[in-house]
Amino acid sequence: MIRRPLTALIRPGEPPPGLRDYEAADGYAAVRGTLKDLQPGDVIDRVKEAGLRGRGGAGFQTAMKWGFVPQGEDAPRRKYLVCNADEMEPGTFKDRYLMEGNPHQLIEGMILAAFAIGAEVAYIFLRDEYPLAAKRLRAALAEARDGGHLGKDIHGSGFNLDIHLHISAGRYICGEETALLNALEGKRAVPRAKPPFPPVAGLWGKPTIVNNVETLCYVPHILRHGAEWFRGLGKGRDGGTKLYGASGRVRHPGIWELPMGTTMREIIEDHAGGMREGYRLRGVIPGGASTDFLVPEEHMDLPMDFESVQKAGSRLGTGTMIILDDKTCPVGMLRNLQLFFSRESCGWCTPCRDGIPWIEKTLAAIEAGDGREEDIALLHAHTRLLGPGRTFCAFAPGAMEPLQSALRYFEDDFRRHITEHRCPYANGR
Amino acid sequence: MLSDSERKAIEAELPLYERRRSLCIEALKIVQEHRGWVSDEAVADIAEFLEMGADEVDSVATFYNRIHRRETGRHVIYLCDSVSCWVMGCDRARDRLREKLGIGFGETTPDGRFTLLPIACLGACDRAPALMVGDELYGPLDPGKAEEPLENHE
Ligand SMILES: Cc1cc2nc3c(=O)[nH]c(=O)nc-3n(C[C@H](O)[C@H](O)[C@H](O)COP(=O)(O)O)c2cc1C
Ligand code: SF4
Repeated sequence: MIRRPLTALIRPGEPPPGLRDYEAADGYAAVRGTLKDLQPGDVIDRVKEAGLRGRGGAGFQTAMKWGFVPQGEDAPRRKYLVCNADEMEPGTFKDRYLMEGNPHQLIEGMILAAFAIGAEVAYIFLRDEYPLAAKRLRAALAEARDGGHLGKDIHGSGFNLDIHLHISAGRYICGEETALLNALEGKRAVPRAKPPFPPVAGLWGKPTIVNNVETLCYVPHILRHGAEWFRGLGKGRDGGTKLYGASGRVRHPGIWELPMGTTMREIIEDHAGGMREGYRLRGVIPGGASTDFLVPEEHMDLPMDFESVQKAGSRLGTGTMIILDDKTCPVGMLRNLQLFFSRESCGWCTPCRDGIPWIEKTLAAIEAGDGREEDIALLHAHTRLLGPGRTFCAFAPGAMEPLQSALRYFEDDFRRHITEHRCPYANGR
Repeated sequence: MLSDSERKAIEAELPLYERRRSLCIEALKIVQEHRGWVSDEAVADIAEFLEMGADEVDSVATFYNRIHRRETGRHVIYLCDSVSCWVMGCDRARDRLREKLGIGFGETTPDGRFTLLPIACLGACDRAPALMVGDELYGPLDPGKAEEPLENHE
């Protein structure tokens, strides 16, 4: 039984499988079978049965999202599929691994997803800083066209599809799906008001599905091996495997495909090799910069699946952990995170545009030993003022997640900076 | 005026998008590739070609990290300063580059060889600290020798 479907053909450091190798490993078999024998609704049903949840950060049910696309005679004929390959979330490097390692897998997933929703044009929205992924995707797209997997009347099914590679000009907010659509339309990447949601009115006003790279890569495997197989791969309620990663002062930073629900301990100790000599684990940001800290005292045996992490007060997010060690200043780390968010805010709404720079300056003052007692209350207040529902998009609440949890878990560190008028870690790094 | 090769490159993208003005970002990237950066004149050229206002094109140009509205050196060094690279010492790498090149973020060496810019997470967190020059990614850097990869870029 296949246990590591997403990475089975990936050989880091080597060129990705070409069309022949990919086909020899049953690649595009799902496309051939599906387009000929199944209806679009059947594809949605199978993905629904599997319970596939989006790997872009929010964990939304993929089949449910696809089901929102209006179908039938009265629906707009033109529909779009967009692969979100923006991957700019700090600490996240999993989609790069999939695209560089096996571009055909993504293309096959996109063909199946486009078929399911009835899209004849699809885009890959790729960040500019991934030139190797771009090169490999371009080559794979050309091969897929030559091999008859893309273009008109694919495998005699009557279904047409073109996939275009769009390279972004760079800005973190482009990853937010409605901002991404504006970027694809050539505009400033400011998020759109919702509703309407993209499945109803998206790219150029047409029904549009935006899915993450990892989500789309899973679709061929679900169609090939079935829903039951998929559910059996996970350890908890969520099925499948997940690409987990770890960076920071662990012995072996990297990416591993593991059963969904693998514990934090297993990921950090067995796969990342534990902490480097001389460093102790202090905290973990579990899924990219905009998720709440978890701490080893409470969470080492936490299964890293959507529900368990949420119950623990954080989010699985992208599944790539950022490790805080005992010689790194948590206040400095927070300051770095907020500097990122203040720079990348799209500037559309005031709390985010003005609030995050204020937070960053306050943190910088505390870090430098110039903080005041009341600054802590001010930071707490901002986590509320920029929390869910107060801003135009999920960027600002995301920025508040590591801050609110750091204020809880590392409160002593904040206080020591203020009472001692210096950074207690200044000589440690 | 856009050059012939600029115009051709932009027109080749036209069938990929529903509207002409959707080419704005592509056009900015193409012109930047040809001219090294995007001057006021380049903005006006693109605006004319896409039948947009120059201010509109500029509002797009100034939004994106990778579009340069100022002249840069021959090579732009993008030093990742996001969280994983920060934990692994990107501040020391930045200080080292300042010491060796005499420039900070946003500045260009007097000989026009390098411009130094910070960049949001390069997605190379397993190779932190990392930097990028052209299409080349370097990491993990020894922050105390952060200038070493630059030898490859004359
Ligand atoms: C600020 C912000 C940045 C985001 N960046 C990304 C990204 O880089 N890649 C991604 O797949 N999703 C990103 N998302 C989530 C997308 O909006 C969207 O939910 C996702 O692409 C849906 O794909 P999925 O259902 O397959 O998970 C981001 C969301 C926000 C609010
Ligand atoms: S929350 Fe921030 S990123 Fe989102 S729309 Fe408002 S200003 Fe833009």
